[in-house]
Amino acid sequence: MINHSEQRILMGNEAIGRGLVEEGCTLAAAYPGTPASEILSSVVAFAKETGAALHTEWSVNEKVACETALANSMAGRRSAVAMKQVGLNVAADPFTRATYLGVKGGFILIAADDPGPHSSQTEQDSRLFAHFAKAPVFDPSSPREAREMVAEAFTLSEKYEIPVMLRPTTRVCHARQNVACRPPQSREQKANFEKNPGRWVATPQFLTELHRLLNGKLDRIAKEPAFNPVLAPGGGARPQTCIVASGVAFAHASELLDTLGPEGRIDLYQVRLAYPLHQPFIEEIRKRYEKILVLEETDAVIEMQLGDGLVCGRGSGDVPRQGELTPDVIEEILRKFLDLPAAPAVSAAKKGIRPSLCAGCGHRAAFYAIRDTFPAGIFPSDIGCYTLGMNFGAVDTCHCMGACIGQGAGFYHAYAAGGTDFPTIVVTIGDSTFFHAGIPGLINAVFQGARFILVILDNATTAMTGHQPTPQLGVRADGSEGRKVFIPDIVRACGVRRLREIDPYDVEAFTAALKEADSFIRSPEGGIAVLIAGHPCIVNRAAREAQVVFAMSITDDCVGCRACIDTFECPAILFDGEENRAGIDQNRCIGCGVCVHVCPAGAIRAEGEKR
Amino acid sequence: MKQQIVISGIGGQGVLFVTRILAVAAIEKGMEVLTSETHGMAMRGGTVISHVKVGPFTSPLIRTGQADIGLFLHAGNLEVHRLFLKPGGMIYMNAAKGGDAEAIDATRIAREHGSLVIANLVLLGFAVRQGRLFCDLATVEAVLKRISPVEQLETNLVGFKLGIA
Ligand code: SF4
Ligand code: SF4
Repeated sequence: MINHSEQRILMGNEAIGRGLVEEGCTLAAAYPGTPASEILSSVVAFAKETGAALHTEWSVNEKVACETALANSMAGRRSAVAMKQVGLNVAADPFTRATYLGVKGGFILIAADDPGPHSSQTEQDSRLFAHFAKAPVFDPSSPREAREMVAEAFTLSEKYEIPVMLRPTTRVCHARQNVACRPPQSREQKANFEKNPGRWVATPQFLTELHRLLNGKLDRIAKEPAFNPVLAPGGGARPQTCIVASGVAFAHASELLDTLGPEGRIDLYQVRLAYPLHQPFIEEIRKRYEKILVLEETDAVIEMQLGDGLVCGRGSGDVPRQGELTPDVIEEILRKFLDLPAAPAVSAAKKGIRPSLCAGCGHRAAFYAIRDTFPAGIFPSDIGCYTLGMNFGAVDTCHCMGACIGQGAGFYHAYAAGGTDFPTIVVTIGDSTFFHAGIPGLINAVFQGARFILVILDNATTAMTGHQPTPQLGVRADGSEGRKVFIPDIVRACGVRRLREIDPYDVEAFTAALKEADSFIRSPEGGIAVLIAGHPCIVNRAAREAQVVFAMSITDDCVGCRACIDTFECPAILFDGEENRAGIDQNRCIGCGVCVHVCPAGAIRAEGEKR
Repeated sequence: MKQQIVISGIGGQGVLFVTRILAVAAIEKGMEVLTSETHGMAMRGGTVISHVKVGPFTSPLIRTGQADIGLFLHAGNLEVHRLFLKPGGMIYMNAAKGGDAEAIDATRIAREHGSLVIANLVLLGFAVRQGRLFCDLATVEAVLKRISPVEQLETNLVGFKLGIA
């Protein structure tokens, strides 16, 4: 029986946030990204609730977040930085050097991986990154364990003065579990930066020595008895074989073995610290077993450290080399490994409904005008809700945060090489993404003489990850006021000479501005034209309630051409195949009136103002 | 007691809220609970699913053919997520007609009461009333009172009660 006075249902990310607050973290910085976004917001919430004093911030990107947290640690205070796995690519520079220089106050980098992937542009395994950067990495199998590992990671980090990675995966981040909540521990952590140029400045001459020290730390960590993988004994039924698993793959495997009953009795080890793998463990299991199945996500990190010969895993083809290890996938692997009959095959399910921009989303209006104005255009875009513009042909590329601007320039140079005849390139980027990594690209494009139209889709928030504020909003992570940083000011400062701000709901004005921008970029003195398409995200209730609401209907003039469905895709417009005509779903329509422009037959009507 | 439940819907229908209610109800009953949710892009009107596992489980996910109960907020998802149900598993569905599932037209009922957003709670009330879920009406109502945002509480209770009626 659980004593529920101290038990709470926490999402993995909340459990991590709770852990950071309870363990006396003094600074937590992050950039939002699924599946990591809720970590920082829960740090903010739990700090408020418990009265813990710490600095929290949504940094402009992961690199800045990492550097800020590292300096707080150099000053002797516990620090954490949270991001999704591809955010670590952005933070790679500060992180890889941090292992050499080491840290003072406990430092945890949380990189949330996304096997599958469910909402990411790669399936990269951050544990491999930890191995590359030479940082120890914890691999939690549940929210509760993720919470505990926060404490262990701080202790380990302080003991060896080394940055430590905590690597949950989507299934841990977005699982909920009852977790015990305790009051935060109070720790004396006054800022005290001890100058030491040989360490904190570390010019190349110091680095071989720092590298030697780092290797020594890793060797010692690999012998820490606390990280000897935990054995759940199989009772000798299958003496020469065992399973070594980590993360949520361990959780799935352990439950599956249970359901298999006597057939499922086999030695099962859980690896909690995935790198460096406990050295005596490697030696021991290589002696004790003839066949070892390794289950881990998303790449072969434990497998690689266990060495050749005995391991069944990704290298031997026993475990799929890509995709998520779901319980169904693991069941198939286990049955094969244990020589059990395969589970009955299930016919594939129908695909679900694909996501789409919300009814009344300002992005849709902008995309519609862009694609309609430049049917032969090239449309590099970026990461956010607006990537969904691909559903109706207004997004041609999506690569990584901020890439669209570099791509816009690259496409221009490709087509314009040796001539003036180039297709109109319209680059679309969200406000948050622009702050994150768009600015250097814009400076470069201006300076290198690229010609394209840049549309900044400014909805005044980071909508896809849960509405974190951007610097332009002037609200910090904890709700306090910050000095606003304005996008138009930045754009001008990047050297852009043509800038217009316009609400994309006004489809005619927006279209006219696009045409004007096109003639500018083609004029002799032309360059980059920027349009800031400003319309607040309509998920924001206050913003939605402030705007005009039209009463929408589709008249009998509808000829059933499907233009409003196929080229516009507002979820509030439904097509009735039997009647061969479109209709408005009044439950979902927010009355923005934009679709009026879309119907070639003029059948969509916007009347008056509903209220 | 062990029970595995899937909650299926489309982004914006309140699948996550129902998931949370059931999870908190499990702790109220002194049971262990693990859930798994869909976040990110799919929440923009795409198909979403939550898994709720009550009892001594270690994995947050439900395997094919293992769910005891399915709550379907969107009838079209039956073809997508039915495979999670075990043979003989109960399906409670938001639909005018249910076929082999127990159905309630939660969307219509919610709309008639002027708040489409409570369709999820209408279905939940309906499902709890059937007596197959691990939790009883009183517990769920208490949880609903505790975790609903203040300004939404009354509407939420109305939705839940409409489902029970
Ligand atoms: S409403 Fe207009 S655009 Fe939509 S199907 Fe009918 S005629 Fe075509
Ligand atoms: S007015 Fe048209 S575009 Fe706007 S939400 Fe309604 S149906 Fe969609």
